[in-house]
Amino acid sequence: MSAHMGTAELPGLGTTMARGGEGPAPVRIVVGYGFWIFLLSDIIMFSALFASYAVLSGQTAGGPSGRELFELRHVGIETLCLLFSSYTCGLGLLAIGRRQLRGFYLAFAITFVLGATFLGLEISEFVGMVTRGAGPSRSAFLSAFFSLVGLHGAHVTAGLLWLSFMVAQTAARGPRDFVRRRLLCFSLFWHALDIIWVALLTLVYLMGAR
Amino acid sequence: MGKLSWSAIPFDQPIPMAASLLITVGVFAVLGLVTWKGWWPYLWREWLTSVDHKRIGVMYVLLALVLLLRGFIDAIMMRSQLAIAAGGAQGYLPPEHYDQIFSAHGTIMIFFMAMPFLVGLMNFVVPLQLGVRDVAFPVLNAISFWLTASGALLVNVSLVVGEFARTGWLAYPPLSELQFSPGVGVDYYLWSLEISGIGTLLAGINMVTTILKLRAPGMTYMRMPVFCWTSLCSSMLIVAAFPVLTATFGMLLLDRYAGMHFFTNDGGGNFMMYINLIWIWGHPEVYILALPAFGIFSEVIATFAGKQLFGYRSMVLATLAICVLSFMVWLHHFFTMGAGADVNAVFGIMSMIIAIPTGVKLFNWLFTLYQGRIRFEVPVLWAIGFMVTFAIGGMTGVLQAVPPADFVLHNSLFLVAHFHNVIIGAVLFGAMAGYYYWFPKAFGFTLDRRLGVVSFWCWLVGFYLAFMPLYALGLLGMTRRMQHYADVTWQPYLIVAEVGAVVILCGIAATIAQLVVSIRTREQRRDATGDPWNGRTLEWSTTSPPPSYNFAVLPQVDSLDAFWVMKQRGPVAPPEHYQSIEVPRNSPNGFVTAFFAVVTGFALIWHIWWMAILGLACAVLTLLVFGWMERHEDEVSGEQLADAERARLRAASP
Amino acid sequence: MMEEHARQPADEDEHSGSIVTYTVGLAFALLLTAASFIVSQTGLLWAPGVPAGLAVLAIAQMGVHLVFFLHISTGPDNTNNVLALAFGVLIAMLVVGGSLWIMANLNTNMLPASAIMEMQR
Repeated sequence: MSAHMGTAELPGLGTTMARGGEGPAPVRIVVGYGFWIFLLSDIIMFSALFASYAVLSGQTAGGPSGRELFELRHVGIETLCLLFSSYTCGLGLLAIGRRQLRGFYLAFAITFVLGATFLGLEISEFVGMVTRGAGPSRSAFLSAFFSLVGLHGAHVTAGLLWLSFMVAQTAARGPRDFVRRRLLCFSLFWHALDIIWVALLTLVYLMGAR
Repeated sequence: MGKLSWSAIPFDQPIPMAASLLITVGVFAVLGLVTWKGWWPYLWREWLTSVDHKRIGVMYVLLALVLLLRGFIDAIMMRSQLAIAAGGAQGYLPPEHYDQIFSAHGTIMIFFMAMPFLVGLMNFVVPLQLGVRDVAFPVLNAISFWLTASGALLVNVSLVVGEFARTGWLAYPPLSELQFSPGVGVDYYLWSLEISGIGTLLAGINMVTTILKLRAPGMTYMRMPVFCWTSLCSSMLIVAAFPVLTATFGMLLLDRYAGMHFFTNDGGGNFMMYINLIWIWGHPEVYILALPAFGIFSEVIATFAGKQLFGYRSMVLATLAICVLSFMVWLHHFFTMGAGADVNAVFGIMSMIIAIPTGVKLFNWLFTLYQGRIRFEVPVLWAIGFMVTFAIGGMTGVLQAVPPADFVLHNSLFLVAHFHNVIIGAVLFGAMAGYYYWFPKAFGFTLDRRLGVVSFWCWLVGFYLAFMPLYALGLLGMTRRMQHYADVTWQPYLIVAEVGAVVILCGIAATIAQLVVSIRTREQRRDATGDPWNGRTLEWSTTSPPPSYNFAVLPQVDSLDAFWVMKQRGPVAPPEHYQSIEVPRNSPNGFVTAFFAVVTGFALIWHIWWMAILGLACAVLTLLVFGWMERHEDEVSGEQLADAERARLRAASP
Repeated sequence: MMEEHARQPADEDEHSGSIVTYTVGLAFALLLTAASFIVSQTGLLWAPGVPAGLAVLAIAQMGVHLVFFLHISTGPDNTNNVLALAFGVLIAMLVVGGSLWIMANLNTNMLPASAIMEMQR
């Protein structure tokens, strides 16, 4: 058996498959990729809830529907908050890459404020709906709505906690390699949350309010 | 204390009480023995806080073997019940108890036996086969194991404190909703699976990242061992499917705890949505189990036939095809539940298509054996038994993939026979083959061969005796999950099935005996060279057991079957100078997280809200504290490496 | 592992983003968001085409995020990332699309006609 037998080239995928022989990747790439895979799994979890929402969105059980409940101005502000917070998060990551610590702290502080504003608006929306008798146990539609939007909100909450932790750790340890790796992961997470919000905004609020 | 009270312990039911006493006494006996012998420091240092993939792999397999016993006891209780409960007889297990037994049997065997067994083997073997030092995220690996163990613990606690679900292993609503299952059983089920599900998902992420980003220099994708390919695809399926399980159980939990209406009968809920979602997870799950087993057989067959695996490229393509197709067939689990002929037809055809890549694999194994010089070691027996058994099981599967046929066979014992046929044939036989094959690498001595052969034959004969009658019974009209039956003409078949279960029991006993005997006589079967089977892949190039860092120098790979090629080329001069390596330090992170997970889970089950909040807060705090601390590593110096390598090379060339 | 001590040469450059990329991305995202609101709330787009229009705008905006914020590209180092994303998107579409198709099929086949009428929004 010749040693050449192993380097099979698949037609079409030839160069891709024959590559990959560079040895173990550097830690930053390994961590980034692992976190990317985690994010994709999270997106699939959201898709299961999206599927439930899509299937159950008509089941109002005689209760209020999206058209009656959703306030698009409110939602628009939430969208802007999250979008700009994604932007400032990106700027913060650029700053830490250039070791500009003050820029980093400023950018992440703004990110936090915008994220917290988003969360506050969302909580007030939920509270308003519950007090109006349109809580999650009213109908299947509302169960699906609260769970889907609520899960996103829970992720935002966890993100804000993580953000605070990372700022504290950066202050304590400085922009070391492992700290910057975690900041990269955080920014991936925060951007992914904004992507999910785009889907939420479109499928739940914009389609639901028609 | 929420709903918890002394009435949770089944004082009034003799059989559960006896079982509870047995388990409690057993657990305390083990803990007592460990304390008396002073083993705690060793266990804590070397195993409980280990982040070494080899140690974690062994713990996973140990968990699986213990839970195999629990799950099998459930099985033989069911068989015994059915062997006697014919005509007017009620048997010895009342329906409320019988329902918990079949639910626990399925839950334990799939989630806490099959999954940990294969995840454990993947954990142990894959980094060694890839020629690297550990998985991508060692601490996360430990956390994954301990979360799985937490789930297993909670399920077993339900035996002593409270009850288990009576809904079957997938807990369909509306039966599993609060209205029809007001007790804690379904909550035990849901929380233990949510907790262990997180562990499994993290393990999947870890394995995908390891295989795609951490390989020895020169090991391109097409030079990876087939077991690594199947582990990759299985792990990709874990990453894609388990989030759906988490979400679906989450929705059922919201129905039960927060009064929501996802799957309830009222408020607009739709229980079919649960069935739809759970099978979107459920079908990929069986491939998550089957693919690593296929990989094990590929390794075993090639090694013991002394030939390179036939058709490597087609094996890889078939594995990838199975991976993708497994997400396109899920409706075949509920053909009879209301979908129209158009939907049924599409999924029926897809289910038949997915049999094709499996067939490709089977033919490749056969062609590997053909004109090979086969050594009939124990793993080869399991492999041949698998090929026959799985082929039969696969055929009955394709048969049920025809929707009109399934309308007759769905939820009958024919179905039960089919899935046991494929799961035992592929997953269990594969796990047993892998266990015997890699045991020497893990522990430094081989297992007793004779008892291995006995175990195999008992399992093979026992399996056919236990399940072939079930095919007949299914066709005769017997449905699954029956606690007693009126038609006495079914009884002979069920008695044969009971005999089969007893033969399997002998097989399990042989495996236990094999372990005991092998440990007692281990010096006679020492694996000095590290390569007891004349293997082809890189794990056999290390000592048995390998050092904590696996390889002093990462191997340079330039072909498939890297170790085989190295052996053909002959010995290579060791490097003059070894660079020092850093090895990750142990961490109690996994164990502590799991402890709080168990506390939180138990508290949520029993509605002890203060304890649940405290447990969750502590779990989050654990995460933050360990995240805050800097992770230091231990160094293995160049001189230590040189010494170890010299010893290894001396032993490897006798 | 040894990587902590080895200097990563492409470390800073690997942040294949710059303030320009992020700002352009933000601008596109704002435009697409505004367009979504306009399409859904005004009569600018032909009514039956609104769902499709919204879907297209949403997908475009997700793409903007992926490219400008997450730096997903088609370079050789990025192949694994793109493949993983493609797999994830495929599964998400199967889950959502498959569920919708199956559940609609079940409802049509199993519910009495009156209940179906009630379910139509």
